[in-house]
Amino acid sequence: MTKWLEENTPKLVLAPSFIAVLIFVYGFIAWTAWVSFTRSRLLPRYDIEGLIQYERLFASPRWDTALNNLFVFGILFIVIAMVLGLVLAILLDQNIRTEGAIRTIYLYPMALSMIVTGTAWKWILNPGLGVEAMVRGWGFENFTFDWLVNPDMAIYTIVIAAIWQSSGFVMALFLAGLRSVDGEIIKAAQVDGIPTWRIYTAIIIPSMAPIFLSAFIVLSHLAIKSFDLVIALTGGGPGYATDLPATYMYAMAFSRGDIGQAASSAMIMMMVVFAIVVPYLYSELRSKDD
Amino acid sequence: MKSVFFGAVSATALIASAVHAEPQAEVLHWWTSGGEAKSVAVLQEEFASKGGTWTDMPVAGGGGDAAMTALRARVLSGNAPTAVQLKGPAIQEWYEEGVLADISSVAEAQNWADVLPASIAGHMKCEGSWCAAPVNVHRVDWIWANADVLEANGIEMPTTWDEFNAAAEKLEAAGVIPLAHGGQAWQDATVFEAVALGILGPDGFRKAFVDLDMDTLKSDEMKAVFDQMRTMRGYVDDNFSGRDWNLATAMVMNGEAAFQIMGDWAKGEFMAAGKVPGEDFLCASVPGDGFLYNVDSFAMFDVDGDDKKAGQELLAELIVGPNFQKVFNLNKGSIPARTDVSLEEFDSCAHLSAKDMSESSDNDSLLPSYAHGMALRGAQSGAITDVVTAHFNSDMSSEEAVNMLADAVANSM
Repeated sequence: MTKWLEENTPKLVLAPSFIAVLIFVYGFIAWTAWVSFTRSRLLPRYDIEGLIQYERLFASPRWDTALNNLFVFGILFIVIAMVLGLVLAILLDQNIRTEGAIRTIYLYPMALSMIVTGTAWKWILNPGLGVEAMVRGWGFENFTFDWLVNPDMAIYTIVIAAIWQSSGFVMALFLAGLRSVDGEIIKAAQVDGIPTWRIYTAIIIPSMAPIFLSAFIVLSHLAIKSFDLVIALTGGGPGYATDLPATYMYAMAFSRGDIGQAASSAMIMMMVVFAIVVPYLYSELRSKDD
Repeated sequence: MKSVFFGAVSATALIASAVHAEPQAEVLHWWTSGGEAKSVAVLQEEFASKGGTWTDMPVAGGGGDAAMTALRARVLSGNAPTAVQLKGPAIQEWYEEGVLADISSVAEAQNWADVLPASIAGHMKCEGSWCAAPVNVHRVDWIWANADVLEANGIEMPTTWDEFNAAAEKLEAAGVIPLAHGGQAWQDATVFEAVALGILGPDGFRKAFVDLDMDTLKSDEMKAVFDQMRTMRGYVDDNFSGRDWNLATAMVMNGEAAFQIMGDWAKGEFMAAGKVPGEDFLCASVPGDGFLYNVDSFAMFDVDGDDKKAGQELLAELIVGPNFQKVFNLNKGSIPARTDVSLEEFDSCAHLSAKDMSESSDNDSLLPSYAHGMALRGAQSGAITDVVTAHFNSDMSSEEAVNMLADAVANSM
């Protein structure tokens, strides 16, 4: 009996959460997939009608904008936040005196909720209140910085706010990575008279590859599920110029009573996530087998 | 011991059922801000004074989106509230899900058919039987103006869109923002439908936004509507994106801007700031004939139990009763849905609204507002609003906008 318990306690303890995940994550993914094949409007219906919702989705110019925005926003956000985070981390790594204080300052935006970030940047970028008004007040009457109200540029304001929020966090990740590199190797390189920038590009950064991967995964899922930042900063506007798939799905599900559309857009979002996560999982699992 | 326990339980149950003979109502609404909350409290008191028990279920947020989510959950779990703040085609949509009650007995006893304008009564009926009770009539196609600004520039309230454009040019030259506007999709849509009513006329408006007639949606008149929208985009200040409607109203109030096109909830803002209609600010219907209404109402859901059914009937009777219609609408800035309520205590704008409502009801130009979810279902009106706001916020041509409009409507079916 004790032996049986010893062997099976872990399984018993894990079972409830396993069942909960099975139902509430995978069960509801399956439910959403089912609904996305129906003509559900206000309440879910369960008669399968084929791909009609996906046809509607890809015929909608608003979804087009949302998907384009996701790629523009996602790529810029991930690349710039990682580059900026890395540069900040390397600069902080030079044994400067006030490192602790500076690290806290850069990390602090992460402690704010996206709603606060969005609202603050909405005021900063508002042409009548923020940067533009301030510079004009200094006497540069022709200065224009109206990205927030310009439909072609508004998506970049979201990139700016998101980078401000997250680059400190990426910096912290990279700083931990930099510190974990074996000090002996670096000292050996210094003894050989290799310049510092070569030490970084040839030794330290390549040995941080796993950190890059983690940062990429964290940032890309932040990008795909971005919702509150858009709502607070632009409300999806001007027009629907800054819609992202998540705000599109929300509008369909909760404002328009079009659950079928919402479900199909959610499925596409999930496929985008899978396209990123599956190769990652694959490489992780394979490296364990080796 | 056990039998004593069960005895106690059944005794409690008996007492409980005796108490429950009173009318009961659980009311889901999103009137939670100052004036609105006060208005609901009036109904609550009246309900209590008739011996009813009111369970308040206010769900704020998202202009009713949050409340609709709560409603969906309640209905799916088979436990619908007694009455829910719903309006327009949403009532019919819920009816089609088979969850609404029939309150014809109250409606017929109270002669609703005689006191409500026919087109508004139409929204309250589900396949011939009454299923909802109207609370108020908001007029959407209002144009508000700062009286001093107009006087200083020698401008009269415009009666055609050409006059409006001429006045706007003049104001712009004088350094006043001609049109106060907030760049949110629903506000773009509000201006759009006011322009559309003026240019298409009541019949054209009905064909386009009630019947979704493709020929009208693609017509040259519709292009003219988009042309006028493009012109009006020039009369709005550069800083309008995302501005809330009440901030736009404040711009008219303090003379920064001259006009605003907005429903009569804007009047509440003027009144709250101590402005007097006719002196400090002017109200007029937008150029063109017709009357666009936005009617708030309570839909009655199918509930079990005599106490709840009694509550539902009492509630319906009180909502359409003359006393509540008067007090509520004085608080809210709208006008009563029933036409036989004395308007003595109402202001001049409300008088104009009531007069226009009965006239347009007679000549068949009393029309539902598409922008406020009275004319079309969510998917269709949302599709139209997408095009309107995309056009207004870009340099899209009217030709392109009209084609996009037709495609979007077809795709939303």
